[in-house]
Amino acid sequence: MTQVMERDGVVSEEVHVLAVDDSLVDRKVIERLLKISACKVTAVDSGISALQLLGLDEQRTSESDDFVGLKVDLIITDYCMPGMSGYDLLKKIKGSSTFREIPVVIMSSENILPRIDRCLEEGAKDFIVKPVKLSDVKRLKNYMSTATRDVSAAEAGGCSGGGGGGGGGINKRKLSDTTAFDYLSSSPPSISSSITPLSSPSDSSSSPSPSPLSSPIRSLDSPIRRLKMTGAD
Amino acid sequence: MDVGQMQRQWLDYTRSLFIEGFLDNQFLQLQQLQDENNPEFVVEVVSLFFDDSERLLKDLNFALDQQGVDFKKVDAHVHQLKGSSSSIGAQRVKNACIAFRNFCEDQNVEACLRCLQQVKQEYCLVKNKLETLFRLEQQIVAAGGSIPMMELGF
Repeated sequence: MTQVMERDGVVSEEVHVLAVDDSLVDRKVIERLLKISACKVTAVDSGISALQLLGLDEQRTSESDDFVGLKVDLIITDYCMPGMSGYDLLKKIKGSSTFREIPVVIMSSENILPRIDRCLEEGAKDFIVKPVKLSDVKRLKNYMSTATRDVSAAEAGGCSGGGGGGGGGINKRKLSDTTAFDYLSSSPPSISSSITPLSSPSDSSSSPSPSPLSSPIRSLDSPIRRLKMTGAD
Repeated sequence: MDVGQMQRQWLDYTRSLFIEGFLDNQFLQLQQLQDENNPEFVVEVVSLFFDDSERLLKDLNFALDQQGVDFKKVDAHVHQLKGSSSSIGAQRVKNACIAFRNFCEDQNVEACLRCLQQVKQEYCLVKNKLETLFRLEQQIVAAGGSIPMMELGF
């Protein structure tokens, strides 16, 4: 399987997502959601495994080891997991000079505002209420670009901006499936204002769509098109 | 029965599952993720759900059978079952789990046992329904037809 995508003569790498969830069912679903959105996926069942893959586990005393960890462009993790929670994993990643630029998204079946706030304050890029839908993953593509691999400030600028207390406002209102897009229009400029192009009704999973569903989804899969759509702020 | 009739039967059956609340929108999400390259996706995820559920129901039986019931453990199992049923769109199982968790909080063994029965019942129902649905799909494909796309706006 090639990691390189070519479209309209432009060659680009697929974004690589590390998915962390202790539920096998959820891992299967998130993996498919991501693959159908043109992402390369590595799915693991625990925070510890995630850290090991990244090369950030306790076994290593320094990050200047010869070990070359997995290169990922986004980490999406469940909140409630036995052992290390998604929140703990988030803290570990944001506490690492090498990995803190990687956007981290938290998923949870429970819509608890203080939980969401805590995660956003700790630097999570977004918070998704389960069950995860295609529209959620499409929204994530805004945060994903292979540019963050170079720890560049450009694309990843939103990350550190999301750590402040004021960043909590956006995702608090994701209270139900049908209001998923309500908050998009009110995003503060410092964070993810590039989300707004995604709010077109044809993308929403909650609106009726009589035609075969595979083709409309495909047309938005290309990471290049995704980057073009979001553009500069 | 010709392919057209089978397909109509499939559509009617699927619609009934939504109308009766066995399945919700999340199941449609899964169907959207299935294509020629992954023609068995829904069956695969649902099979994982069946395996997961059966394990959890056994664990719940065991946990509630103890002299001193560990409600945290019971709640953890129900939470998992709620999660996976929600992820595949098994709405009635999910709702039964939500009710169950409330009684775990109250630490009421009798009520929990009743809830467990309820969850088991809903699980058996949806399992039968989905297996029937998958059989219909197999028949359609065997007859050379393709599975219709479910419309969201029914």
